[in-house]
Amino acid sequence: MGVQEQYPFDVEAVRADFPILDRKVGGDPESPGEGPGDDTPLVYLDSAATSHTPDPVVDTIADYYRGYNANVHRGIHQLSQEASVAYEQAHDTVADFVGASGREEIVFTKNTTEAMNLVAYAWGLEELGPGDNVVLSQMEHHSSLVTWQQIGKRTGADVRFIEVTDEGRLDMEHAASLIDDDTQMVSVVHVSNTLGTVNPIPEISAMAHDHDAYVFADGAQSVPTRPVDVGDLGVDFLAFSGHKMCGPTGIGALYGREEILDEMGPYLYGGDMIRRVSFEDSTWEDLPWKFEAGTPSIAQGIAFAAAIEYLEEIGMDNVQAHEDLLAEYAYDELTDLGGVEIYGPPGHDRGGLVAFNVEGVHAHDLSSILNDYGVAIRAGDHCTQPLHDEMGVAASARASFYLYNTVEEIDALVEAVGEARDLFA
Amino acid sequence: MGLGSDMYRQQILDHYKNPRNYGELEDPDFTHVGENPSCGDTIRMQVALDDAGETIDAVRFTGDGCAISMASASMLSERLHGMSIEELDELDTDDVTEMLGVDISPMRVKCAVLGRQVAQDGSKIHRGELDPDDRTKTEE
Repeated sequence: MGVQEQYPFDVEAVRADFPILDRKVGGDPESPGEGPGDDTPLVYLDSAATSHTPDPVVDTIADYYRGYNANVHRGIHQLSQEASVAYEQAHDTVADFVGASGREEIVFTKNTTEAMNLVAYAWGLEELGPGDNVVLSQMEHHSSLVTWQQIGKRTGADVRFIEVTDEGRLDMEHAASLIDDDTQMVSVVHVSNTLGTVNPIPEISAMAHDHDAYVFADGAQSVPTRPVDVGDLGVDFLAFSGHKMCGPTGIGALYGREEILDEMGPYLYGGDMIRRVSFEDSTWEDLPWKFEAGTPSIAQGIAFAAAIEYLEEIGMDNVQAHEDLLAEYAYDELTDLGGVEIYGPPGHDRGGLVAFNVEGVHAHDLSSILNDYGVAIRAGDHCTQPLHDEMGVAASARASFYLYNTVEEIDALVEAVGEARDLFA
Repeated sequence: MGLGSDMYRQQILDHYKNPRNYGELEDPDFTHVGENPSCGDTIRMQVALDDAGETIDAVRFTGDGCAISMASASMLSERLHGMSIEELDELDTDDVTEMLGVDISPMRVKCAVLGRQVAQDGSKIHRGELDPDDRTKTEE
């Protein structure tokens, strides 16, 4: 039938950039590479947790440490200049990638969670109070849910949750009833890491802006997997992580509209974020450096830009087309297998991940058995415990796909799921 | 390929599908509930002691969770019968994995030991050695 013929790019060529995909698993985790049974090909279906890193990005990290390792913004010497220019230009690359107007609107953070906390602390603690409200959705990742919940407790602001329909979509009528003139922030996940739902962020932005509220989109699962433009989304803030998009861990980005970031005070104090310091007082550096206190993740920041260049080479439209293809195929194959409950919207209308449960098999047992077949998936609550409560399950299994995954790997997943189902039958 | 693996040999599946001593005691000396929040595994253990209060006379458990945690609780419930409170205190992780008779992968040890932890904590609360507000979790 040739689903492979519909690949929007040469997947085998992409796979060649990821040597880790060739490794074998199945041995003793405490002594990898040794012992019997260590001969099962890896089928990596956990990219929504973290993606793999292609050679050009790994090379970028090595080139930095071998060639021009130096602290940024601190020296006149050549290495510091080279490092500073590369680190600053990385902000430009990220800005271009999401349609921001320039580096002033891109703050490098540790990850999506830190970006969320930056806004919650620097803006939320200052601006929110009793009578105000923040609107989230029931499908928020803990990174935004816990953050705004706790900021709500500290400021007295009400935190509200847009309900999720039976099909795993946001109840937009409920959203309209929650967002009012006291709403200061609407913080919603763009693509759900559990349901795979692609939320209508432009619609939510329009709704929020009608009430003069800001909009924060959690782009952790969307920016890596599809074209994202902050103008098209109409958002005021967007956060995402490098390690889910072919980059290293320890680097993420906050997009913030310049005029808002300008008015916000710093989140962390210290070196590099100041302009002039006396014993009595200090003034702050320009954007975005005002929000990047201390020595940043320099190699990771530069490699983050290299990851984006890698993705742009393939084209984000193509990445999305590939994700869509695999998601629909996995959804259909798991449905046909029988005894599998899949959460969220149908296969043709979701991001590149599928969370499910197999009748009679706990997600952790399933994941353990799949591991014996070399299939790496996530099992647990995926950092959406309240959503799992709503779904009526304690845990689920989640297979997630990226540009290097193939139809054959999904076949391996489905076969192993079938084996697990039969073992427990 | 370590087919389904070694961790899911017949004995484990048997105890999972047909748990022993599943249910409730009419007159337990102590009852304790514990959980692993991230898996959603929950186990409730009830223990009745002999007249001297030193030896375990009867055990019942109920629970919800993965095969490893449920099979482990089931096997433990058989093993505890006739055991002294002191012997219960001394049960360690190795004893549990030995009882299961399979290699438990490092990420799953917390599932395997939940039942033992619930029984031990329940016993300690019964003796006033542990604050009953401390809920048992094996994830810390």
